[in-house]
Amino acid sequence: MDFFAEPAFFVLVVPIVAIAAAMGIAERPLARYGCVASLAMLLLLFFRSPASLAYAACYLVGSLLLYRWVRGLFERKDPRAVSLYRVALALQIAPLAIYKVGVVFNPDFLGFLGISYITFKAVQVLIETRDGLITDMNAFEYLYFLSFFPTFTSGPIMRSRPFVNDVRATPERDVYLDRLYRGIGWFVMGAAYKFVGSALAQWAMWFVPSAVGSSAIGWLATVFFYGLDLFFDFAGYSDMAMGLGLTMGIEVPRNFHMPFVATDIKQFWDRWHMSLSTWLRDFVFMRFSQFAIARKLFPSRHITACVGFMLNMMLMGVWHGITPDYVVYGLYHGILLAGCHYFQQTSKFYKKHRREGWFQAVSWVLTMVAVFFGFALFGGYVVSPLLG
Amino acid sequence: MSDLDEKIVELVADISGEDEVAEERDLDLFEERILDSMAAIELLVALKEEFGVSIAPTELERDEMNTVNKIIARVKERL
Repeated sequence: MDFFAEPAFFVLVVPIVAIAAAMGIAERPLARYGCVASLAMLLLLFFRSPASLAYAACYLVGSLLLYRWVRGLFERKDPRAVSLYRVALALQIAPLAIYKVGVVFNPDFLGFLGISYITFKAVQVLIETRDGLITDMNAFEYLYFLSFFPTFTSGPIMRSRPFVNDVRATPERDVYLDRLYRGIGWFVMGAAYKFVGSALAQWAMWFVPSAVGSSAIGWLATVFFYGLDLFFDFAGYSDMAMGLGLTMGIEVPRNFHMPFVATDIKQFWDRWHMSLSTWLRDFVFMRFSQFAIARKLFPSRHITACVGFMLNMMLMGVWHGITPDYVVYGLYHGILLAGCHYFQQTSKFYKKHRREGWFQAVSWVLTMVAVFFGFALFGGYVVSPLLG
Repeated sequence: MSDLDEKIVELVADISGEDEVAEERDLDLFEERILDSMAAIELLVALKEEFGVSIAPTELERDEMNTVNKIIARVKERL
């Protein structure tokens, strides 16, 4: 059963939410129920593929063991803690890395739906355990965090500390009701995005190019509607996941916030797939910059930032898949972000005019052109055709 | 203004290249675009070098260290 797509999913969601609502309104704790519901939904997600199910189960248990091991190392102040932590981190990332390389050669390479997203969550736990920020998350909370079904297959990428805070709190009726109403609102809105917005965009993507005929304009129209489809589809299920999470008493981070009003590419990434871009910012860009600045690897902070942006976005690209389209997509956004950062930091012209209306208008147009060209790269409308 | 306060004001002014932070210590540094995420990292590295205070990048929410006064408070808590 595919989440957020098949009718069966929506039919099952109704009783799941109804029971959560009854318990929440009665001010009963929701965590155990939420965990059982999540595990049941994961069984349904994987029941057609026993190999995936077994792999996902092993991944959950293996990740728990890694977390407990790393936490123990730092609790005991083991002298080898930092180096063993690095080993644990490598082991945590290995299944995803092996999978991403494996599917390049064999599309049926063993993995499981959600492996990309669960890796982010498990890695965040390890890094913050090493930072001393996670000291008391127990096994139940850990497993519930990783298996939380609304965000299991496709995000938004949650963070364990706010999750655990929500799991431990049993909100008063008014607080829960507020979450329930907001949750239902987001869910309905997300469904409309996906089943109306995205469906219309898909129809236009087929209809407009066939109506205009000319290949250049047809290509532009295809890319334009493809971009809209990408937004409505992805924002749609992100909002549904957020809504479903809220009804289970968990605040799920927002993933999209009006990306098409961005007036530069940095703002775009603050608004598009935000849970991914903030994750990469916190755990790749910032760690890398910290490392590079402390060791003075680069002659200036601007260069450090530019290298950091490139690294960040190239990782984002290959995370989607090791294909020429995604690799170029990552490279492209790395160059855009680095260029944008360098321009904004060093240009006197920018500092003088950035608040003026005409500058913002030009900047918005350029940003949108860049963004939609990025969608064209992502969707395989540029690199793949060139490679034949 | 204590020595510590002064040193931190100097660090923020140095990293951001804006001197107004000395006068307006409750100014929102991110809102005013005086600091961005890169400068925030530089600040964390500088605080570690200068005072031996280590703050992990995800330890604090942005609104816990978005003014000079809050940065001073966070450092004092950890000294």
